Amino acid sequence: MRTISSWGRLSAFPHQLIALNDPARIASLLRDSPKPGIAYGMGRSYGDVCLNPEGVLWLTTGLDHFIAFDESTGRLTCEAGVLLRDIQRLTIPHGWILPVTPGTQLVTVGGAIANDVHGKSHHVSGSFGDHIERIRLMRTDGEIIECGPHSRPDWFAATVGGLGLTGVIVEAEIQLRRVAGPWLDTETLPFADLDEFFRLTDDSETAWEHTVAWIDCISGGMGGKAGRGIFMRGNHADVGQRPEPKARQRTMPFTPPLSLVNRLSLRPFNITYYNLKKWRAGRAILHYEPFFYPLDNLQEWNRMYGSRGFFQYQSVVPREVGQDATQAMLREIARSGDGSFLAVLKTFGNRQPPGMLSFPQPGVTLALDFPNHGDKTHRLFARLDAIVRAAKGRLYPAKDARMSRALFAAGYPRLPEFLNYRDAGISSELSRRLIEN
Amino acid sequence: MSEQPRKIVIVGATSAIAEHCARLWVQGKPAELILIGRDTSRLERVAADLKVRSPQSVCNPLRANFLDPDAIQTTVDGIAAAGKIDIVLIAHGALTEQEDCQNKLRTCRETLDINGISPVLYAEAFARHLAATSHGTLALIGSVAGDRGRKSNYVYGAAKGMVTRYAQGLQHRFAGTGVKVVLIKPGPTDTPMTAHLKGQGAKLASVEDVARQIVLAIEQGKSITYVPGKWRLIMWVIRHLPDFIFNKLDI
Ligand SMILES: Cc1cc2nc3c(=O)[nH]c(=O)nc-3n(C[C@H](O)[C@H](O)[C@H](O)COP(=O)(O)OP(=O)(O)OC[C@H]3O[C@@H](n4cnc5c(N)ncnc54)[C@H](O)[C@@H]3O)c2cc1C
Ligand SMILES: NC(=O)c1ccc[n+]([C@@H]2O[C@H](COP(=O)([O-])OP(=O)(O)OC[C@H]3O[C@@H](n4cnc5c(N)ncnc54)[C@H](OP(=O)(O)O)[C@@H]3O)[C@@H](O)[C@H]2O)c1
Repeated sequence: MRTISSWGRLSAFPHQLIALNDPARIASLLRDSPKPGIAYGMGRSYGDVCLNPEGVLWLTTGLDHFIAFDESTGRLTCEAGVLLRDIQRLTIPHGWILPVTPGTQLVTVGGAIANDVHGKSHHVSGSFGDHIERIRLMRTDGEIIECGPHSRPDWFAATVGGLGLTGVIVEAEIQLRRVAGPWLDTETLPFADLDEFFRLTDDSETAWEHTVAWIDCISGGMGGKAGRGIFMRGNHADVGQRPEPKARQRTMPFTPPLSLVNRLSLRPFNITYYNLKKWRAGRAILHYEPFFYPLDNLQEWNRMYGSRGFFQYQSVVPREVGQDATQAMLREIARSGDGSFLAVLKTFGNRQPPGMLSFPQPGVTLALDFPNHGDKTHRLFARLDAIVRAAKGRLYPAKDARMSRALFAAGYPRLPEFLNYRDAGISSELSRRLIEN
Repeated sequence: MSEQPRKIVIVGATSAIAEHCARLWVQGKPAELILIGRDTSRLERVAADLKVRSPQSVCNPLRANFLDPDAIQTTVDGIAAAGKIDIVLIAHGALTEQEDCQNKLRTCRETLDINGISPVLYAEAFARHLAATSHGTLALIGSVAGDRGRKSNYVYGAAKGMVTRYAQGLQHRFAGTGVKVVLIKPGPTDTPMTAHLKGQGAKLASVEDVARQIVLAIEQGKSITYVPGKWRLIMWVIRHLPDFIFNKLDI
């Protein structure tokens, strides 16, 4: 048994670890597991979707082999534990990139499928599952299910965004997108309030493939207009050969007893700003790694929230009510005085997601980090939940450790359909909290 | 300088450590790899991965026997006959339970065979060919466990100690020639071999880092390399602890 936490470090309970290293042995390891288990990739989920206290975790990072890559079509087949970082480092020199990646590339293919992750390109490229052509799914009874958007599409729709609950993904085929090289033409624009944000995002959606905004939650708020921030947009660019930046790895050296994230001290916003300073307002040619994954070089930055860990609260609400709901949430946060210092705001494109439980839906998504201050934090979440629920929005399970069953059921109307595809040998802390009896 | 890709032979090519070395070897420039192992489908998985990483590289999986001296001789002679070898990495090994070695002589024997006799036979078979060309680097993976016997793994440790002493002799034999002999002594590393230790909460080095240091040591032809480097000091201390202290340690 070993103590395992997810990215938010909100809990630390013993788990029995079983490493899936050899594809030929997965079936027997799943079948012979002494207790129900759940796949665990890089543990980059913030809450309990990848946790199973006192139960089994099937570690997938040993499934890290490429299987085939066709340079002429950009079709990649690999095992499910391959990291998105390693895919891109392999394929970009050949002119292919992942169309969708989250804000860290230190996640596995299996994890990216199971949470149907999204990135800055949602309005153009949808979510990760939109680029998966085939999944090989292993059930705990040994059955292998090959599925894709056109073959056994029901299994595919259950497994994309399926939170690991339909089986263990052992292999996937991904369609990459053409790209000239590792560089992006980027623009950084400050905005004063949400009106301006929505204007910028509407103006950018047709001409810019990647858009996102950071907003500063403490600045505005107080009764007035919340939401000053920085809007970033980028397009892949053909700028020929340039020297690539040297990646410098830094590690958070220790876990402070108290959160370092408070108004007076080090904050993620500072770190982001630190990176942003290099970008400044205006146009710049940037390498894809600092543009997409600004925090990946500061390993274990999650430790700066101290020993009690932190929550991420990520919602999506329909566009029609998006501005009002966002405004209302920012106001609640500012009023609580327990603010998140860093918030990410992005509009999702107008498209249906590939998975039954996929998080993205047309609208506006807001993601906020909160140090865990116990009841106080939960009371704030209750108020934010009410806004999300009234707006007919939903929360992102990949980030969640506390939403109610009612909110989950309201946000995910396809849940009853999904239940038909569950694997009885699989259980997670999240599934027990939100789904199982 | 000839632009011929380097010919690299890996014995125990499905080992996680060896595989990560191979990934580094094909990064940037193509190589010709001969991947030796006991199981064809596992070898093919490794070869396919390396082919994707480096389409220009040649990756030949080769299923072989690991214990029979005649079979090993034939395998190695066949490889050598096909052309000059630049690097040989002998990586296979199996960390058995010490208790099983104590309770079952068969396990004890198998542990000594696969971790000690087998790598020595392979090395000896390659040594003859490297000597003939006076060229190439022969690398063996020993272990910190071979530095001093201790109750938790002394049978495995004894086999690794054999590899250490053997490599030492080979280094003496090839001193002043074009052949380099490199002995690698990893500390606990995060691979399938140690999956059970990970479950118990042991601190393990990352296999990428370990492989990077091994590849560097092979490039430099360093005679003994502890990876990660801190194990040099730790094992110096362990080797020099007097018995009356050492025997009280629960290690
Ligand atoms: C800094 C940071 C930024 C982020 N930014 C974004 C973002 O912009 N957009 C976004 O969508 N997400 C984002 N995330 C969240 C992250 O992308 C997801 O949580 C992702 O799923 C993590 O992948 P993982 O490999 O770590 O999987 P884990 O967290 O280990 O597991 C996640 C889920 O996948 C399942 N799973 C893993 N492997 C398999 C498998 N082989 N078969 C079946 N199920 C499997 C697990 O059971 C679990 O349900 C971010 C996270 C961090 C830390
Ligand atoms: N990991 C560590 O902590 C550590 C520490 C010190 C030293 N080492 C040494 O490093 C080397 C590589 O180990 P690793 O960590 O990479 O382990 P690994 O991934 O478990 O690889 C072990 C390798 O040995 C092969 N092997 C095992 N038993 C065999 C047998 N009976 N016949 C033929 N081949 C056999 C395996 O082949 P199959 O794939 O066919 O099973 C595999 O290629 C070993 O010599 C090990 O002793 C490791």
